[in-house]
Amino acid sequence: MLTDLLGIPPQVLFGQLLLGLINGAFYAVLSLGLAVIFGLLNIVNFAHGALYMLGAFAAWFLAKYLGIGYWGALIFAPIIVGAFGIVIERFLLRRLSGVDHLYGLLLTFGLALVIEGTFVKLFGASGIPYPTPKQLTGGINLGFMFLPWYRAWVVVASLVVCVATWVLFERTKIGAYLRAGTENPKLLQAFGVNVPVLTTLAYGYGVALAAFAGVLAAPITQVNPLMGSNLIIVVFAVVVIGGMGSIVGAVVTGLAMGVIEGLTKVFWPEASATVIFVVMAIVLVLRPAGLFGKTA
Amino acid sequence: MNRYIGYLLVLALLLVAPFLVYPVFLMKLLCFALFACAFNLILGYGGLLSFGHAAFFGGAAFITGHAIKVWGLPTELGLLVGAGSAAVLGLAIGLLAIRRQGIYFAMITLALAQMAYFLFVSADFTGGENGLQGVPRGTALGIFDLQDNINMYYFVLAVFLIGYAIIARTVNSPFGQVLSAIRDNEPRATSLGYDVDRHKLLAFVLSAGLAGLAGATKTVVFQLASLTDVHWHMSGEVVLMTLLGGLGTLAGPAVGAAVIVTLQNYLASGALSAWVPVVLGTIFVICVLAFRRGVVGELRVLLRKTF
Amino acid sequence: MSLLKKFAMGVSASAMIASGAAAEISDGKVKIGVLTDLSSTYSDLAGNGAVVAAEMAIEDFGGSVAGAPIELVSADHQNKADIAANKARQWGDSEQVDAFAELVTTSVALAVFEIAKQQNKIALVSGAASSPLTGSACIPSGIHWTYNTRALAVGTGAAVVKEGGDTWYFLTADYAFGESLEKDVTAVVEAEGGQVLGSIKHPFPASDFSSFVLQAQASGAKVVGLANAGADTVNAIKAANEFGLVAAGQSIAALLTFITDIHALGLETAQGIMLTTGFYWDLNDETRAWSARFNERTGRMPTMVQAGVYSSITHYLKAIEAAGTDDTDAVVAKMREMPVEDFFAHGGVVRTDGRMVHEMYLARVKSPADSTGPWDYYDIVRTIPGEEAYGPLSESDCPTK
Repeated sequence: MLTDLLGIPPQVLFGQLLLGLINGAFYAVLSLGLAVIFGLLNIVNFAHGALYMLGAFAAWFLAKYLGIGYWGALIFAPIIVGAFGIVIERFLLRRLSGVDHLYGLLLTFGLALVIEGTFVKLFGASGIPYPTPKQLTGGINLGFMFLPWYRAWVVVASLVVCVATWVLFERTKIGAYLRAGTENPKLLQAFGVNVPVLTTLAYGYGVALAAFAGVLAAPITQVNPLMGSNLIIVVFAVVVIGGMGSIVGAVVTGLAMGVIEGLTKVFWPEASATVIFVVMAIVLVLRPAGLFGKTA
Repeated sequence: MNRYIGYLLVLALLLVAPFLVYPVFLMKLLCFALFACAFNLILGYGGLLSFGHAAFFGGAAFITGHAIKVWGLPTELGLLVGAGSAAVLGLAIGLLAIRRQGIYFAMITLALAQMAYFLFVSADFTGGENGLQGVPRGTALGIFDLQDNINMYYFVLAVFLIGYAIIARTVNSPFGQVLSAIRDNEPRATSLGYDVDRHKLLAFVLSAGLAGLAGATKTVVFQLASLTDVHWHMSGEVVLMTLLGGLGTLAGPAVGAAVIVTLQNYLASGALSAWVPVVLGTIFVICVLAFRRGVVGELRVLLRKTF
Repeated sequence: MSLLKKFAMGVSASAMIASGAAAEISDGKVKIGVLTDLSSTYSDLAGNGAVVAAEMAIEDFGGSVAGAPIELVSADHQNKADIAANKARQWGDSEQVDAFAELVTTSVALAVFEIAKQQNKIALVSGAASSPLTGSACIPSGIHWTYNTRALAVGTGAAVVKEGGDTWYFLTADYAFGESLEKDVTAVVEAEGGQVLGSIKHPFPASDFSSFVLQAQASGAKVVGLANAGADTVNAIKAANEFGLVAAGQSIAALLTFITDIHALGLETAQGIMLTTGFYWDLNDETRAWSARFNERTGRMPTMVQAGVYSSITHYLKAIEAAGTDDTDAVVAKMREMPVEDFFAHGGVVRTDGRMVHEMYLARVKSPADSTGPWDYYDIVRTIPGEEAYGPLSESDCPTK
């Protein structure tokens, strides 16, 4: 077998590939949220990592104070954090319409500092355990590795959400409005569509996606105030590779980058933290608009 | 005329300051002031938001530390090696990023700087999480013992003034004028026959090199270099300093750096120590929403209005 | 100290002498700076509890020493060496701090050692673990109090190999502490006839250990040694359980485990873990009495690091009292001369390389059925004599010993 030739046991190769796919699922959901927000607001949402963290914390709060378990949190945490996102858009980001889009990035950067700093102060930086839901404990022995049910669930749930988002944007009337809003907001407004409300909802939806990913991550990484802090940079690279604002690009690139990272862990572990950035540099040289981007 | 009096006053203040205030704090302040001024060269005058300047600041910090501690270079030469490597790194990152603008430029510099961060984490000479410690301060010009805080202060002040002079000279040169023209209207500058990318790249490299000089000096002052210096939070901090002080004003970033460093120092020893990121973030949000010209920028407008 | 003063102190303790002694205290006060992790990975095992322990030590001493008041300052270093070094430098330069205490994590301790050496201040290390702190990296005024990686290796490493765990694979935190622990345990494992098959370094701190656990599974080693600490250890054990590492027949040796880690894991997950500790609250009446007071203030039982902070500061203050001065050289000499006698250690000795040699304990974590309630977690299996745990002074490669 090929893997034996290279001196790598197959369980390591397939195991890391599978873990890569799981990480890729997180990249996909997070970069999808960024793509939705960028598409309509032209803002790079630097607070995305902090909002992802808020999703995990919302799940923990729900369990602790309201007795709502994992499955409830999967629904309610995105709604709560999404509502928070709507507040941010309505009262802060809205004020920046008309100035350079870079200020949107700076504003969300400041928000990320505030949110993460507050949670570090209140909960420490070492993380709070969040239990795996009872139905998904244990796992299955695949022969080459032991796959915990929960990890399998993460991939399935992420893919479902990604496909649903794609359907929403490409196959429904709201989606058509949203896409039109990206192309020409003024014309759309002239047709009687309330573009500001549309923008607010899009931001809320993007934020809800981040929170959803946060709930998915909670049993794996624990609920940690800094869980999104470094992840966000990787997701930025994923978005640049995929092409800013492209929904399909975000999802496909997210999954692919997770797998590539997993492969690197097998063949050259030291490089696994940098491989995505290397891919980004290469893509920028060859296709400056990203793999799925339209304009150069 | 008034301007010169102002400069002389500030200079006099800087000369007596170490006898009034803890000199190590002042040195930190000067290092960050130089860092912010260097950063402003590309953001304020070049109109490009780099979110990766920590790579230059921290990269030079590590290389200078290594050069002085392991290679045994004299302090001055060590600083130059650090600043030079930062400029080379700036060239590499600049070549990749300079073709894109606005948000794209910010994200690409951020991602590339993060790549540099991981390289520094895994490289042996940086000591990884331990950082590079016990860097000797050495002597200035082979005469003055820099272990003495007052001597060290005047050395840092000299480095800062040289760096500041280079920036002031660049901004007021024909090159600086072209740079501002590109920032304000790039197609127009292109149609006037200027090689836009080359101007931007040169400004980026210069900015990287001077940011490196600031980081290198910080290493000598604190006798250590650490991953904090290369982390992307550092990139964010320098944006904040520049924004708070005033984009595209010569002295603004130094003022911004002074405010932020003083604030950090003040908060760190009080009950609010853990709230530092929250305070910085809040200042960031306020600056962006209501205060986009920064301290010096607003003052300037105020002065123009009243006179 | 002059002969006359020795004589005077010997004769009486009149008010006049007390004020004379106070003149020997620099700046008229003794100031201790507790530099610890108040917000990050190690905040449970050291953190605020360490500050409370320092406060208790000063209160129990009566708030003053040799006629001078004792002051306490504390700061959060977030496990970052640069923050710690800057803070220590500032404390020493401009805030008259005489001694730095706690100093969790090796990189921090090393950075503060640099400053302490330059400024000739005392460093009382409790939380940091690496044995080189009293070896190649030692300084004359640095004292390593609670435990070190060598003692952990001698305790846990040897015990696991004796039980048949003779092939090892390490998950190692990628910084000085992890490296030092892996090195010390490897030496013990090989000396006992075991074999190390490999190791993988993980970033510090890490949250998801799944890919590292996968590597450990593929190695086929009987024992997976965790050369990390605090939240990292907790997360690694959880990931190992999730991916069926233990169920498949491998066992975990958590080489540095604190009682707070066991508390976080719960006995269900943690039962059976072998560990080496410098202190356990339920050893005897003295430890129980002190720990109960600590528990009243913090709501938790003390870790060995927190108990060690109390013990090291108390000994430091006793030495100042005995020397009548806070001069670093004189105090260090006294600390070495006097035996350490308190609830934490009996007959402890501060050696010239800076190592405080005292008994260590090999413990096994109880099963939920055996435990009578919260914090009743350990069965002490064996008491390790100090000399065995830390090795003889002749083995230390400290250049100034």
